[in-house]
Amino acid sequence: MTSPTTSLAWERRRHTVARFWRGYRTHRAGLHGLAGLALIALLALAAPLIVGSDVQSVTEAPGTALEPPSAEFPLGTDQFGRSLLGLLIWGARISLLVGLLAAALSVAIGTLVGIIAGHYGGWFSTVVMRITDWFLVMPTLVLAIVLATVMSRSMWTVVLAIGVTSWPTTARLVRAQTIAVESRPYIERATALGGGHRHVMTRHVLPNVMPLVLAQTTLGISTAILTEATLAFLGLGDPTVVSWGGMLQDAREAGAVSSGHWWYLAPPGIAIALVALAFTLCGRAVESVLNPKLGVGR
Amino acid sequence: MTTASTPADVARAEKARATDGAPRTGSSLGYLRHAAGKLGGALVSLFAVLVTSFFLFRVIPGDPVKAMTHGVPTSAEQLATLRRQFGLDLPLWQQFADYCAKALSGDLGTSFQFRAPVGDLIAEKLPATLLLTGVAVVIYSALGLWLGTRSAWRHGGLGDRLNTGIALTLWSVPSFWLGLLLIIVFSVGMGPVPGLFPTGGMESGTGETGFAYALDVAHHLVLPVVTLVAVGYAQTLLVMRSSLLDEMGGDYLTTARAKGLRDDAVRRRHAVPNALLPTVTMIFINLGHVAAGSILVETVFSWPGLGGLFYQALSVPDLPLVQGLFVVFAGAMILMNLIADLLYPLLDPRVGR
Amino acid sequence: MSLLEVRDLRVTYGSGATAVPAVRGVDLTLEPGTKLGVAGESGCGKSTLALALLRLLPASARIEGEILLDGDDVLAMSWGRLRAVRWAGASIVFQGAMHSLNAVHRIGDQIAEPLLVHGRATPAAARARVGELLEHVGLPAARAAAYPHELSGGQRQRVMIAMALACDPRLIVADEPTTALDVMIQAQILRLIERLVAEQSISLLMISHDLAVLADTCDRLAVMYAGRVVEEGPARTVYEAASHPYGRALSSAFPRIGDPASRRAPRGLPGDPPDPADLPGGCTFHPRCPVAVDACAEHDQELREAGAGRRAACVHVGSTS
Repeated sequence: MTSPTTSLAWERRRHTVARFWRGYRTHRAGLHGLAGLALIALLALAAPLIVGSDVQSVTEAPGTALEPPSAEFPLGTDQFGRSLLGLLIWGARISLLVGLLAAALSVAIGTLVGIIAGHYGGWFSTVVMRITDWFLVMPTLVLAIVLATVMSRSMWTVVLAIGVTSWPTTARLVRAQTIAVESRPYIERATALGGGHRHVMTRHVLPNVMPLVLAQTTLGISTAILTEATLAFLGLGDPTVVSWGGMLQDAREAGAVSSGHWWYLAPPGIAIALVALAFTLCGRAVESVLNPKLGVGR
Repeated sequence: MTTASTPADVARAEKARATDGAPRTGSSLGYLRHAAGKLGGALVSLFAVLVTSFFLFRVIPGDPVKAMTHGVPTSAEQLATLRRQFGLDLPLWQQFADYCAKALSGDLGTSFQFRAPVGDLIAEKLPATLLLTGVAVVIYSALGLWLGTRSAWRHGGLGDRLNTGIALTLWSVPSFWLGLLLIIVFSVGMGPVPGLFPTGGMESGTGETGFAYALDVAHHLVLPVVTLVAVGYAQTLLVMRSSLLDEMGGDYLTTARAKGLRDDAVRRRHAVPNALLPTVTMIFINLGHVAAGSILVETVFSWPGLGGLFYQALSVPDLPLVQGLFVVFAGAMILMNLIADLLYPLLDPRVGR
Repeated sequence: MSLLEVRDLRVTYGSGATAVPAVRGVDLTLEPGTKLGVAGESGCGKSTLALALLRLLPASARIEGEILLDGDDVLAMSWGRLRAVRWAGASIVFQGAMHSLNAVHRIGDQIAEPLLVHGRATPAAARARVGELLEHVGLPAARAAAYPHELSGGQRQRVMIAMALACDPRLIVADEPTTALDVMIQAQILRLIERLVAEQSISLLMISHDLAVLADTCDRLAVMYAGRVVEEGPARTVYEAASHPYGRALSSAFPRIGDPASRRAPRGLPGDPPDPADLPGGCTFHPRCPVAVDACAEHDQELREAGAGRRAACVHVGSTS
């Protein structure tokens, strides 16, 4: 490829991004979501500076067990005397990381399956889509729980359990889009000019399904974060790290419910809900910019 | 069916139908074929569930006996006995065949923890789950359909924005967390609010009978149902809203208005029946999420149902019980989808019957 | 008194800087028992006009002027009175009956609905009337139990017509009633409409892009361009000898049956209809007009007398003819 065509492609891509942003800007809820995400991501990234990694340490906990909110511990302490505010900020890291990785894995599988099934067609596609439909019918959370149960406890198990159970929706959408893209005349031209399967799939189909994939990922992250919290709450998360779902499990075990320690319970749940809501708002805005017919943003 | 264009052709077709004796003979045959196809698909799916469950629990953990006895000191002899007992010395395909045969005859193995057949345990807990999810589904479907319709009909207005905002927020809230908060506020009591509802369980166990017992159960039902409804109605609302928005540009609505119908009659008689079709399917398909949601809600409220049982099995882990419940949950999903597939053509005259 | 009198009707979608005028001052008159055709390209505002007659436009549309139906202004009516006038006073045969009928209701119920809404019949009487109406439009009464998708396009349009007749209205508005149909069925439906309005002395306002169809069916014709009537007169004269260059172009755009010359050289019009949001100054037709003069770009043309019972909005009218 010569440099003028490369820069042309870049130029076009920049225009696409600019147009997308102009559309996105008109969605107030989407902007709120984006602002919220930026703030939370910043907190998570800066957590080592703000609270330091020793916030997780049980042995060097600064306070006494189950203190109510005070000037020193704005959200109180847990049963080991650790600062709940510190844990909350630190927990953002694992919740966001697992959410992002799991959604990425899920969308990657879905995109791969969707493009291949859409591109090749025939009995192969039929079989693949049958399998996809079967996964679509499975109770995702139950399957994820079972996977997390039979595998060893670690963050990667959780990512895997969420990723391999939630891809079918993406696969269906991507397949439909692939078929639509491949029916366009320039694909025929590309094939006639000697473009192989790989060329068509990576150079023509993939760029065209990317917007859809982007919207799916954004929406998928909020589901993944909720699932991660659920698995952690059921005691299936990585026991060595602090996550929001894990904090809720700790709170329940510490008897925060029966003794009415709402300050222990409320913040992690609010944090989960806010992040999930922010990603959902962004995802809906992205979706309605890319496909105004859906009307979700209205 | 008939797409004849002249009245004479239509008359002939009508006559043919009349002489057949039973109206819609051809179409009900088509429906039977559709139903048989869907039933076959469901059976294949069920078989796939058995395969998955077999491989998940026999293959991934490596040695199931080691996994089962994890943490419990066992001698090599005991391990060997257990292996023989579970048929693990047989070839894999034979193990699988045995597993399928047993599962189909209702034998889902023996729970470790309770030393009782998994099938019996599930049968014992099933009614409580059916009661809880049944009540919740009816309430959240009705609420979601009603609010979704209102939201779409006045879309962009304050009511719509409020509705959608609340629904999206509740959808983002983890159900178990909401349940815990409700317990703190309404069961334990917080500030001026006294403990109005029991913290968990399905009955007080004080030996009421008849109506008093029903009231007691209803009292226990309130908070778990509220939790399930809060999370579930949001999805129904959003689906109904977008499905009705799709219909709102429909020309047939202009026809209905031109006929002199009131605005609410246009909505009720024309727009909603059309928008309901995709939503009803979604409700059935989402019943699976209710099953999953019930795992958490039952855990939080110590509800004596399948979800609570699942949690107990997980925490041991009692693999035969987890496996059996997995098959039951997945089977329930397949059943719900089958019902949706069978129902759809009956609701929508356009889909081939 | 005229049955329908439209005075200076203006319809604007949206408001402020993004306002789009769809209808820009239309006057029409329809005497009882007569048939008026409204012709024009898509986007000229003719369907907006049809919907405005019964105030069926979306809330974003601003309507000004007067629409007198039997002397009663539709635009000033209360909602209750408007609902009573809808369908009972004037009914509409919409284009594309597939989408204008509700797919999940039986056609019999859809035909009976206005009867029940307007309190014209008991449910039992309505059923009998539905059978009668279906047979009237050439469908067997037993077809009442069918769903729209079980009918052909022509049959669906017959159902629409039966539905329009249900409450014995004095006026039927037919908005492109035959557009989606093939030629044979088109002719059948047109004959049907003609027969029915003649039998029951109903007035007809028919809207179409097909001048030949209108000239064949209607007594008078109005040609619309960019939201205005640019020519009006007796149907045959407008069709055969239009005064306005747009009317002439429109009548030669369709091949005339029995006239091989027009088939060989259909004089299509160059260019596209103007964007209603960005209309050209002066006479809106001048950029496409074959006989435009310098004045056309500057001065808007009003309708003026163009012979007996004829009016046209062209600079050449009145000076030359």
